[in-house]
Amino acid sequence: MNWTSTDTWIVVVGILCAVACALPGCFLVLRKMSMMGDAISHAVLPGLAIAFIITGTRASVPMFIGAAAAGVLTAVFTQWISKLGNVDRGAAMGIVFTTLFAVGLLLIRQAADNVDIDPDCVLHGSIEFTPLDTVAIGNLFIPRAAIVNGSVLLLNLAIIIVLFKELKLSAFDPDLADTLGFSSRFLHYLLMTMVAVTTVAAFESVGSIIVIAMLIVPPATALLLTHRMVPMLVIATATAALSAIIGHLSAIIVPTWFGQTSSTSTSGMIAFAAGLLFALAWLFSPLEGIVTRRLRRSCDLQDPELSTN
Amino acid sequence: MPSWGDIVEVLLLQNYNTRLVVLSTTLLGIAAGLVGSFLLLRKRSLMGDALSHATLPGVTIAFAIMVALGGDGKSLPGLLLGATISGIAGIATMLLIRNTTRLRDDVAMGFVLSVFFGIGVAALAMVSRVPGGNAAGLESFIYGKTASMIQSDFIIIAAVAGIASLVSLALLKEFLLLCFDDGFASSQGWPTLWLDIALLALVTAVTVIGLQAVGLILVIAFLITPPTAARFWTNRLLPMLLLSAIIGGVSGWLGASISALTPKLPAGAVIVLVAAVVFLISMLFAPARGVFPRIARHSHLRRKVDRQHLLRAAYEILESLAGDDEVRNTPFPIEALQLKRAWSQRQLKRVLRIARREDHLEPAGSGFLRLSEPGFGEAARITRNHRLWERYLIKYADIAPSHVDRDADLVEHILGAELVSELEADLETEIDERELTVPVPASPHLIQTEPPAEA
Amino acid sequence: MHSESLKSQSTFPPKSTEPRPEHPPEVPLAIHDLTVAYHRKPVLWDVELNIPEGKLVGIVGPNGAGKSTLLKACLDLIPKTSGWAHIYGKPYRKARHLVAYVPQRESVDWDFPVTALDVVAMGSYRRLGWFRRVSRKENDRARDALDQVGIAHLADRQINQLSGGQQQRVFLARALMQDAELYLMDEPFAAVDAATEEAIVILLRSLSERGKTCLVVHHDLATVTNYFDWLVLLNMRVVASGPAEETFTRENLQKTYGGKLSLLEKAAEALRHSIE
Repeated sequence: MNWTSTDTWIVVVGILCAVACALPGCFLVLRKMSMMGDAISHAVLPGLAIAFIITGTRASVPMFIGAAAAGVLTAVFTQWISKLGNVDRGAAMGIVFTTLFAVGLLLIRQAADNVDIDPDCVLHGSIEFTPLDTVAIGNLFIPRAAIVNGSVLLLNLAIIIVLFKELKLSAFDPDLADTLGFSSRFLHYLLMTMVAVTTVAAFESVGSIIVIAMLIVPPATALLLTHRMVPMLVIATATAALSAIIGHLSAIIVPTWFGQTSSTSTSGMIAFAAGLLFALAWLFSPLEGIVTRRLRRSCDLQDPELSTN
Repeated sequence: MPSWGDIVEVLLLQNYNTRLVVLSTTLLGIAAGLVGSFLLLRKRSLMGDALSHATLPGVTIAFAIMVALGGDGKSLPGLLLGATISGIAGIATMLLIRNTTRLRDDVAMGFVLSVFFGIGVAALAMVSRVPGGNAAGLESFIYGKTASMIQSDFIIIAAVAGIASLVSLALLKEFLLLCFDDGFASSQGWPTLWLDIALLALVTAVTVIGLQAVGLILVIAFLITPPTAARFWTNRLLPMLLLSAIIGGVSGWLGASISALTPKLPAGAVIVLVAAVVFLISMLFAPARGVFPRIARHSHLRRKVDRQHLLRAAYEILESLAGDDEVRNTPFPIEALQLKRAWSQRQLKRVLRIARREDHLEPAGSGFLRLSEPGFGEAARITRNHRLWERYLIKYADIAPSHVDRDADLVEHILGAELVSELEADLETEIDERELTVPVPASPHLIQTEPPAEA
Repeated sequence: MHSESLKSQSTFPPKSTEPRPEHPPEVPLAIHDLTVAYHRKPVLWDVELNIPEGKLVGIVGPNGAGKSTLLKACLDLIPKTSGWAHIYGKPYRKARHLVAYVPQRESVDWDFPVTALDVVAMGSYRRLGWFRRVSRKENDRARDALDQVGIAHLADRQINQLSGGQQQRVFLARALMQDAELYLMDEPFAAVDAATEEAIVILLRSLSERGKTCLVVHHDLATVTNYFDWLVLLNMRVVASGPAEETFTRENLQKTYGGKLSLLEKAAEALRHSIE
């Protein structure tokens, strides 16, 4: 294996992005809205297309704004349809994001044939190329993606620290939040905006599959390992960071098993690594891992006093 | 612009080039509409989302194996088989997570979606570098390439769609039970796990053939949008299923036809948009559950309640003015009304304006109100109905709350004449002591005419 | 005087139903002309209610009588079709600090990764306001509140590991944390063990001794007169409201629960209990 500074940067970007997603992801999972990340990452397409049509460039700022706006709109439309139409939220989400995605496809095909934001590209951005696009800070050349994702991470962290109790309350008992004067609707949209901005920032630089996976899998892993809120956030962060490291390593190593010399998609492998960590927690969690439970049961059987308890 | 003749030709399936595409998306729409209905009722609409992503590793690995065996790697049956296998693996993972952890459906779906898709992306990156294999076409398989459909593809799609539709109709009763109350179903000895698996297998089948026809993302819409749109029109299962199949079929037919007529529009996207338009219309205007009809019903109810409140309050004021005498229609002060009803000045104005428009009020001196003759009659009738309802609540308290419906103008419509005369008799005996022959029975409870007393 | 008051009312936004000025501000809960309708059906009709201060109030009535709806309408959790509910003479949004609400236990997800102490500390959030975090002082108060309901030793348990009765006590402790004047409780006695039931009763009494007012939705006729000193009999509208002994009459019960034989017998038995 030939580890270069490029690989280091890839891992750093991966970690920043994974943790930036895992933090709001915890609240998404607790609100039973895990699929929102997936929905948003598909639904941003028309935002990208419209931003392109208006500005005529692929400059990242208008694209970012367009995409983030489309992301927030996904959440708003989903909420409207599920509240006004009395529709199951999953179904509402599915309708909104597929429709927006279709609109985006049409816009792109109509706008110009030479646009190079094709849908495939939106789905798999490539973290491998992030070290090529750098920004000079003093003598240091830092990948732009690291700065973008790092800022989003700091922003998310700041919001969660400042509004921790409000976010917790509105996820646990929205009625109580409303009766205490904390608008649960405001907090809902705040979280959705966080998710939209995080998603857009991340996939613009590293591809959407990392985003979708990191919004769900590390928080789910953490839920298997703890029954507390703060440890959940910490474990989710650690799992996300670990997935990024293992993911990139395996992207380099796994292809060699099949006789290939070049590495495979780091994004895909990060998602896969997160899945592996989840599987470990699933099997061996001290709280309720499958293996742990089985071991405990066999211990209980040997100890009659405990088993009668 | 395509000519009128072209349009008719495509829509009527007379154009050989587009016939297969239009027919297959129509069949797909019907099958997805049926299967998706159960998913919606089971509150797992996004299962299609998870499943369609979960097919990616299967597709790529099947491709790799076929290339390794010396094939060209893009034979449709082989790819579909791979997609099915990894779809089933995805379902198994989902069910395992759900049954062995405290995590919910949405997490299980999101997990399968992202991890399987991640594996697929990684595998695709490796497969595309396999020498000899031309993986370029693989992407178009995943993202749908409706235009390039050949006869054998069509036969597979038609067969799978047909079988999926027939099976979901055959298992109608079982699926209904599963969706409505799986706990009850399993207590009745139904194999709910197997039913779940059967349902998800149907979803997998529809998703896999949909991949080819409309692409990975847009097949999700096929499973969700038609049933959700159909749900707005009816509260019953069978009509919903049929409607959903029709909406799915029509979306597939129209969408593919429009796309065939305008070369730049990809079929999948147009189909999804046609379905979305149907959904929007259904959501806003469907009489059974649509938004506008519901708002209209609600404001109608509000107006009705206001009107009844006004007339009944007026009647009760007249009653208290009359004391023990017969109730007569006399002017009364607005203030008395405001003591009874918590209307703001503005609401009061609105209520009075409506009442005047309905000729329930006659002009009286300033600060006073006077009912018109028909208004007085209406007030007496409403007050009588109200008291009958109250009486009914008292006599049949246990069943009453679910029956009481003040929206129905006449008590008789709901309770039947016999019960009403029984209630009337009850009220009569209660006021017999006062030996009065008023047309309206006395209220069974004390009517508050004073401001709320300080406790 | 009246025209003046009308003028002041008309400046308010269209849907507001402000109190008439003559309304007594010392009444913990005053409801006037309250009608609530879901879809086609009215659930509550013309509710008129005045709850005196410092009383333990039981709200009883058959299923579907609108008991929970009444509490939710008072808390602005559901829209009112007409009428108003005022807490110490003010609409709810201006009197949040005076009210604590104990919802039905099923209303939240008990798998949520928080401890009993965390949930109780939520009762202090309104006082803390936005951004400020729960300090040691609040946590100590939360422990005290848990102590008052007799489960201080369970403070650090995840809420999923508590029994139904213990979960109910957590909710009560959370309400205690709010340090309100008026407590609205939705079926706190539903499906709890005998020890919890007793703990709740003791808690209610101590609240009432401190001059707090408690409104409790209750379903067990046999214990009504033992637990409460004021009763509201509700069946879509208020059948009777008054001191428990006076209100808990066969006639009123019949009006509330109707002529069904089994229920009448139950009521009669309950009456006998209360007399003994």
